[in-house]
Amino acid sequence: MNQQTKIKLFDEFSEPAAVEALVSELHLQTQSDRQYSLMEFCGGHTHALFRYGLKSLLPTNIRMIHGPGCPVCVLPRGRIDSVIELLERHPEIILCTYADLMRVPGSRQINFIKLKAQGKNIQMVYSPFDALVLAEKNPEKNIVFLAIGFETTAPATATALQMAKAKNTKNFFVYCLHLLTPPAVQQVIDAPDVRKMGSVVIDGFIGPGHVSAIIGSEPFEAFAKEYQKPVVIAGFTPVDMLQSLLMLVQMINLGQPQVMNQYTRSVSKKGNAKAKEILSQVFTLRNNFDWRGLGQVPSSAYQLSPSFKEFDAEIKFNIQDLQAKDHVACLCGHIIRGLKQPSDCKLFGKACTPDNPIGSCMVSSEGSCAAYFHYQPNNGSTP
Amino acid sequence: MSLEKSIRSIGPRLNLETGLIDMTHGSGGKNSYQLVKEIFSDVFGSAHLMDKNNYLKAPVGDLVMTTDSFVVSPLFFPGGDIGSLSMHGTINDLAMCGAQPLYLTISFIIEEGFPLKDLLRISKSLKKTQEDTGIKIQSGDTKVVERGKGDGVFITTTGVGILPPSRQPLSLQAIKPKDVILVNGPLGDHGIAILAHRAHLDFETQIQSDSAALHTLTEQMLTKCSGLRYLQDPTRGGLSGCLNEISYATGLSIELDSKKIPLRTDVRAACELLGIDPLVLANEGKLVAICSADCAEDLLREMKTHSLGQNAAIIGTVVESVESQTPRVTLRTPYGGQKILNWLSGDQLPRIC
Repeated sequence: MNQQTKIKLFDEFSEPAAVEALVSELHLQTQSDRQYSLMEFCGGHTHALFRYGLKSLLPTNIRMIHGPGCPVCVLPRGRIDSVIELLERHPEIILCTYADLMRVPGSRQINFIKLKAQGKNIQMVYSPFDALVLAEKNPEKNIVFLAIGFETTAPATATALQMAKAKNTKNFFVYCLHLLTPPAVQQVIDAPDVRKMGSVVIDGFIGPGHVSAIIGSEPFEAFAKEYQKPVVIAGFTPVDMLQSLLMLVQMINLGQPQVMNQYTRSVSKKGNAKAKEILSQVFTLRNNFDWRGLGQVPSSAYQLSPSFKEFDAEIKFNIQDLQAKDHVACLCGHIIRGLKQPSDCKLFGKACTPDNPIGSCMVSSEGSCAAYFHYQPNNGSTP
Repeated sequence: MSLEKSIRSIGPRLNLETGLIDMTHGSGGKNSYQLVKEIFSDVFGSAHLMDKNNYLKAPVGDLVMTTDSFVVSPLFFPGGDIGSLSMHGTINDLAMCGAQPLYLTISFIIEEGFPLKDLLRISKSLKKTQEDTGIKIQSGDTKVVERGKGDGVFITTTGVGILPPSRQPLSLQAIKPKDVILVNGPLGDHGIAILAHRAHLDFETQIQSDSAALHTLTEQMLTKCSGLRYLQDPTRGGLSGCLNEISYATGLSIELDSKKIPLRTDVRAACELLGIDPLVLANEGKLVAICSADCAEDLLREMKTHSLGQNAAIIGTVVESVESQTPRVTLRTPYGGQKILNWLSGDQLPRIC
């Protein structure tokens, strides 16, 4: 598909007339005597809601809860500390990572932009293949690719590792912090304060679009059944978002929770078989991973499988998983589970801003605090 | 021995194919002289090399001075290069003050090892830009720094212009509620041309930088529209940065209509791909004009007659700020929703998902 076609497609999915029709249908179908608390898991959806100004068009009894689906936001500060410690121990390393991580501070409020200014060799890359090329061009240096992201970015890392193995590249290493989506969704809904205390009831989920393009819509089916919550896998244009919300509202009204796929132009039931195969060849699951805001989530992260251990930066450089506590006043953990709003946090917009993020949700533009801050700076409560 | 022969006596002419800048070119000795003569004589004019040519006629009116440094990477990009950019930038800074640009100076900081071929290419671009704009570089300087202490070449230009006696200085204080905001064409081209080049992204459509000198356009606008209150070029920080600065400085708010903001399809496509907002992207041949409501349509018509204003558009209005709120720039989305258009925080970084 060329760019002109892509933009044409985007425009068709953003047609004001179509948006208007969906908005009025949504107003018609929501029942005024009840609340609809809907969580979009994915940061891309959070961003789209704000970017297109969709929140102001929704019926007032639809409450959007911005879930933990931003890979930067949920990375514990201790992991950043462990990379800083690695670069202090091995100043010869060239660290490659995605731009999203450049501004994320560790527990001493030092981020990669500041570390780079101090002379550490940190390079922003657009793909793991750039890091691999850098390794080939600098055979005397060790290149560590700091791999983050959900199932969407993991296949690229896996493919780069396969290429490195095929080429017998000796100086390319991966610090694998890739995360899995379904276990985190389950953790959110399983959390005692969400489930038992009844402080928030999530009525339905907007399922991740790009993640599902890889894993398919199927993994969410057991979840919908067990928890009796509808899930709609959604695209990212205004029409996609609104149509998905409408589908959720209809299922909630009928009391028929299922997994529905709105994003059929990208997502199939089974997902991308080739990508899944590569993932299973290169990665295995960690028993546990500490998510910022969610705590330990079983089987929710990838590590390099034994057959790729010579590329594993954790093994090669003995990287420790350092522990770092979040700021005591930070409410990010509550915000991503829908228990609090950004405006409830004492730090929001004062001590904690996108320039000086203290909590995880302020770090990336996809975090809910950052989205509130950018698009509603005077009012963190009612976007 | 004549000066010419003395230069020749230091050796053969520079090798403009494979030669590199070395520390002797910044020594101030014969090698420096040779560099200027063989690379820059077209720009500075060989007759002026040693002559004091910096005695200039000053027309009647207030003098306006601006200066700007250029560290762009890559040095050569689709639609321009650091040479043309460094002239356009300073000419535009003068033009945004309502001035008629008169003279420029230029200063190079060159890194040891920089190819002479590339320096010649920059020099030729400067010569062409002088011809295109009619603004002459009156004085120049070159310094060489050791390898690793620069990034190829840095350029600083300084400009002098004149505000004709009949013309009031443009001022933020002149901006009033109900004033209308215009731009002279599609936004974000320069930012995307540079980003795409840096990221090695192969776009099917080559997006060109919009780098251009705007002084003839502003002259036409200022001559024809008495209600023109303020001009600014939305360079770094883009339209968003430019309007937020104006809002912050005046205490007034700004309402934009997203449907009316001109954007090229391929710039929008690239922004979708890179995960960035076109309204924070840099422009180098664009201006934001604020004028009284009664002359907005006339000004728009006038701008459209100029080659650099053919796609000009009215994009929004200035409004009183709501009492309890800080001044803000808001954007009406195509669906009737509203959102805040914020300043870029930190540097523009692409997103992964």
